[in-house]
Amino acid sequence: MDDRTFGAVITEVPEEVRVRLSGDLNARADETLGTTYAQVAALGPHVVSLDFSHVGYINSTGIALVVRLLADARRDGRTVRAIGLTEHYREIFRITRLSDFMEIVEGDAA
Amino acid sequence: MSELTRPIRRLFGRGQRPADVPAGTDLAERPVPVEPAANRDSIAVDIPESDPLLAYFQSASGPVELARLELGSPAVDALRQAGVALVVPLVSQGELIGTLNLGPRLSEQDYSTDDRRLLTTLAAQAAPAIRVAQLVREQAAEAAERQRLEQEMRVATLIQQQFLPRELPNLPQWQIAAYYGPARAVGGDFYDFIEMRDGRIGIAVGDVTDKGVPAALVMARTHSVLRAEASRSDSPGEILARANALLEPEMPARMFVTCLFAILEPATGRIVMANAGHNLPYIRTDDGVVELRATGMPLGLLPGIVYEETEGVIAPGSNVLLYSDGLVEAHDPSQEMYGFPRLREEMAVDDAGSELLDRLLDTLHRFTGPDWEQEDDITLVTLRRASGVAHEPAGDGQAAPALVTAFSIPGEEGNERLAMDRVAAAIADLGLPTARLERLKTAVSETAMNAIEYGSQGNADIPVDIVVETTAASIVVRVTDRALSGGVPSQPEAPDIERKLAGEQKPRGWGLFLIKSMVDSMDVTSDGSSQTVTLTMAREERTDG
Repeated sequence: MDDRTFGAVITEVPEEVRVRLSGDLNARADETLGTTYAQVAALGPHVVSLDFSHVGYINSTGIALVVRLLADARRDGRTVRAIGLTEHYREIFRITRLSDFMEIVEGDAA
Repeated sequence: MSELTRPIRRLFGRGQRPADVPAGTDLAERPVPVEPAANRDSIAVDIPESDPLLAYFQSASGPVELARLELGSPAVDALRQAGVALVVPLVSQGELIGTLNLGPRLSEQDYSTDDRRLLTTLAAQAAPAIRVAQLVREQAAEAAERQRLEQEMRVATLIQQQFLPRELPNLPQWQIAAYYGPARAVGGDFYDFIEMRDGRIGIAVGDVTDKGVPAALVMARTHSVLRAEASRSDSPGEILARANALLEPEMPARMFVTCLFAILEPATGRIVMANAGHNLPYIRTDDGVVELRATGMPLGLLPGIVYEETEGVIAPGSNVLLYSDGLVEAHDPSQEMYGFPRLREEMAVDDAGSELLDRLLDTLHRFTGPDWEQEDDITLVTLRRASGVAHEPAGDGQAAPALVTAFSIPGEEGNERLAMDRVAAAIADLGLPTARLERLKTAVSETAMNAIEYGSQGNADIPVDIVVETTAASIVVRVTDRALSGGVPSQPEAPDIERKLAGEQKPRGWGLFLIKSMVDSMDVTSDGSSQTVTLTMAREERTDG
C-alpha cells in the first residue's frame, strides 16, 4: 500500500463520528468509501466529519463519491462536515456547490 | 502463332519474277534480289494469323505449288497476284520461321522434281541457320534496348539527384542531416530545404504514391511547384493549398502526394508547419518522444483543400525527425512491419544528425535481414537544436510558444494522475501562482482521464500525447487522444448538486464542468482519427476592466 492508496479510519469523538481519509480520492476509492459510510451509519451519529487532511488528490469521480455519501447522509438525517481541505479543493467544493450542503471547516482537524 | 512466326504474316513477293527469297523477321524486310533491283517491284503480302495457309505451311513436307492449292485462303490469292508460284516453308524445330517464295521459272516450265528436291534440301539447311540468325539478332536487339533503358535510368537518377539539396543548410546551433534512399533507380520521395525571407528555412518532405519513373515524374513536378509557391508565401498552409490547386488538375489517376511543409526560424526554434497527409514528425525532448500533430488531405486528390497550421518552438536539446513511410512500412522475413512504435522507441535515444540516421538505418537492416529487397523509398530528415541555447523572441515580435515538455502516457485508467504530476513538474519553474497551478493540474488530470476513457478506451497500448507550451502570457497544455470512441460525449445537462443529492441526476458527470471551471479557455479540435483538447491558463490572474 502506498500513500496514494485510499484509506479511511473511523473514530468516535463527542457528538460526531470522524472519518480520517487518506490517499487519492478517485474511482478506486469507491468500495472503501461506501463500506466506510455503512460502518459510520451503524454508529448512528448526527454529525459525520470527513477529514481530508491526508488526501492529496481528488478527481471528478472522487467528487461524485462525496456527493453519493452526502446524499446517503442527508437521507439518514445526518450532517456532514469537511475538514482539512486544501484551498484548492475548498474552491472545488465551492464551485460544485457541495459547500452549500456540507459545512467546510477551514484549517486542520482539531 | 508464336512471336517468331508473326513476321511471316507479311511476305514479300516479286511481281512476275522467276524467284523470290525466304521471308522471316528480317528477311521479309530485306528480300534477296534475284533480278537487278531496277527491274523489280517489291510486293508485301500480309497473311492474317487466322489464315489456314500458315497452318498448311507449318505441316507441309516440301515446296507448295500455289496453282494447285485449294485452301480457301485469301493469302493464297494474294500471293498468286503477287506473282508467287512456289512457296518453300522454312520450318525449324517444328516452327514455321519463314518461307522461300519463288515466281514462275524463266523458262515458263514447271519446277522439276530436281528443282523441288534442291529447294527442299536448301530449306532444310537454311531454316536452322535463319532461326539462329533470328535469335542472335533478337538477343542483340534486346541487349541494346536494355542498355538504352539502363542508360536512360542512369540519366534519370542524375536528373532526380538535382532535385535534392546539394548541401544541407549550415545553421549555427542546429544539427541537420538527411537520407534519401529510393527503392529503384529513381523514386517518388523528396525532401527540400528552401531559403526564405528573414533567414527562415522552408523544409519539405514528401512521398508520391507508387515508385519508379511515374512517381519520379510527379515528384519532380511537385518539387518545382512547392519551390515556386514557397517564394510567394510565408505560410506553410497557403503553400500547400496553392500547390494542391496546381497539382490536382494534372495528377494522374490513382496518384497523389503526401507532403509536410514546415518553416523554421532558426534563431528562435519557432516552427510552423502544415501537413498534406504525411507522416507526423516525431520530436524528442528531455521528457520523451511525441508526434507533432497536423493533418490535412494529400496533394492532388481534391480541389479547394485548406491546410491548418501547427506552431511551436523546438526547445534547445530537442530533436525532430521527418520521415517517409518506406521506413515504418518495411517488413522483416516473417512479414512483420517495422511500424511506428519501433521508430518512436528508437527516437528516444539521445543522439542526433547523421549518427541518428545511421542508427535508424542499422536498426532497419537488422530488422529486415540481409536478403531484404527495399519495398519503398526511404527519406529521413532530422534537425536538432543545440542544448544550452537561450530562447529568443520570435522574429515577428509576437510571443511564440516555447515547448516546455512533450510526452505520452499509456491509455489506461489511473494514468491521469501521472499526466498531472509530469505537467506540474515541467512547469514548476515557470512561476505560476499556486492557485492557478492547482487549477491547471486538476484540468489536466480531468482532460487526461477523459482521453484515457474515451480516446484510448482504457487500453494501455493506445497512448495519450501531452504537449506543454508556454508564452510570456500563458501556459498551454494540449492533450491528444486517438478518438477511439469519437470523443467525450456531450453532457445533456450541467451537473446540478441539488438534483444529484435528490437522486435525479447521477453523482458523476463533473469532469467537463471542472475542466471549464479551472482554466481560462478550453478548446476541442478533432480530425476523425484524433481529438485534441487545448487548455490555456494565463500565467497571472486576469483582472477585468
